Amino acid sequence: MYELLERLPDADLLAGGTDFMVEVNAGRRRPLAVVSLHDVPELRGWRRDGSDVVLGAGLTYTEMLDAEFADLVPCLAQAARTVGSPQIRNAGTIGGNLGTASPAGDTLPVLAALGARIGVGRQGSVRTVTLDELITAPKRTSLEPGELIVDVRLPAGLGTQEFLKVGPRNAMIIAVANVALVVDWSGRQVCVALGSVGPVILRPGEAEAFATARIDWDERRLLGGEAALDEFAGLVRAAARPIDDHRSTADYRRHAVGICARRALDRAVRHQRIGALADPFQEKPWAS
Amino acid sequence: MGELSSAETELLRYRLRVNGLDYEVLDAQLCESLLYVLRERLGLHGPKNACLEGECGSCSVLVDGAVECACTVLAAAAAGRDVVTIEGLTPEGSDLSDIQQAFVDEGAVQCGFCTPGLLVSVHHLLSHNPAPTDLEVREAISGNLCRCTGYGRILAAVHAAAADRGRETVGS
Repeated sequence: MYELLERLPDADLLAGGTDFMVEVNAGRRRPLAVVSLHDVPELRGWRRDGSDVVLGAGLTYTEMLDAEFADLVPCLAQAARTVGSPQIRNAGTIGGNLGTASPAGDTLPVLAALGARIGVGRQGSVRTVTLDELITAPKRTSLEPGELIVDVRLPAGLGTQEFLKVGPRNAMIIAVANVALVVDWSGRQVCVALGSVGPVILRPGEAEAFATARIDWDERRLLGGEAALDEFAGLVRAAARPIDDHRSTADYRRHAVGICARRALDRAVRHQRIGALADPFQEKPWAS
Repeated sequence: MGELSSAETELLRYRLRVNGLDYEVLDAQLCESLLYVLRERLGLHGPKNACLEGECGSCSVLVDGAVECACTVLAAAAAGRDVVTIEGLTPEGSDLSDIQQAFVDEGAVQCGFCTPGLLVSVHHLLSHNPAPTDLEVREAISGNLCRCTGYGRILAAVHAAAADRGRETVGS
């Protein structure tokens, strides 16, 4: 396979096609060569590896909703559940979400918050990169010709996880803002990642440090109540670098990302759910 | 893995399996979507051409048993996969499937443009979940936009088709 990529250095890599074909159909992209990754068995499925979960780059959003997988990485399943429609979730893949490198990619904040290690393969070797090493700017990656995203390694069942997303409606929506938050009870730290509010996925470092300091790790509760949540939301808003575009305004994005992060921290500490994916057919999955 | 290389003038030749039949696609351009090939080369006009962005679901087809938008599938990359369009979901010897008949009976068809895609999604739903709840139906058709009906009659048609199948199963 890598020989093919070496031989066709200008070829476009095709995963689920849900971003790629939109550009082709609109005439914005005219590939002279395409390498379809669909039938590469090494890129399919997921597996446990010790305390990690390893996702093949070709894992689809629908496959991430599988109950056994969702128990291990609940906030990734939550994020996958918000992507597009059943049609899009059946086709789109985690590797495609990474390769497209949109600031609004729904799995990307999750991968940042969980400290994903992304395997990038080329003829004869595989290198491992973090999300911020892979995605360098909107729709730009550090992938070189001949290279391919192979897999994504995540910790299994890490702490309490939450993913929240804002858009004009529930189905077929590209995020106006999204947030992944992980409260790692054993490592005693809070990790937060923000999507759609900057050129790349952002980690609000001060907000993370604040939340980490405000949790009583022995009693497993947040100190300072509502005022602490408000202060946390303020730090998240301050870390956002949103823009005005056709989907929303910078002001609204900043507002929304603060609310999402506040709610995520509140839920994660209060409910301390581990492996509990919100029932997709619950009457009001957004209310809790 | 498929290598789909073509210079500007080089044309592709590949086979597609659609509704159980093998089609030879000749002189094709690399960039053609599955939707384009189904409609313009194979004459299967059930999948409708609307948004070309995977947003509206009017081109929904089954690819290896999963509902996908034909407009976001690169046709040449669908070689070797099993494609089913609305044309392939009508039982042999009858004009309409039971789900199609329920859509007619319940008035779930107005302009009709979204109907073939909806029927593919509903067919898939009922073959995996014979007695769906209202929310499960809404979820299953959440990728199919209808601008006429307001969905009420579509929901009624799906439940009517499911109930009919339930009665048949009990009766037999």
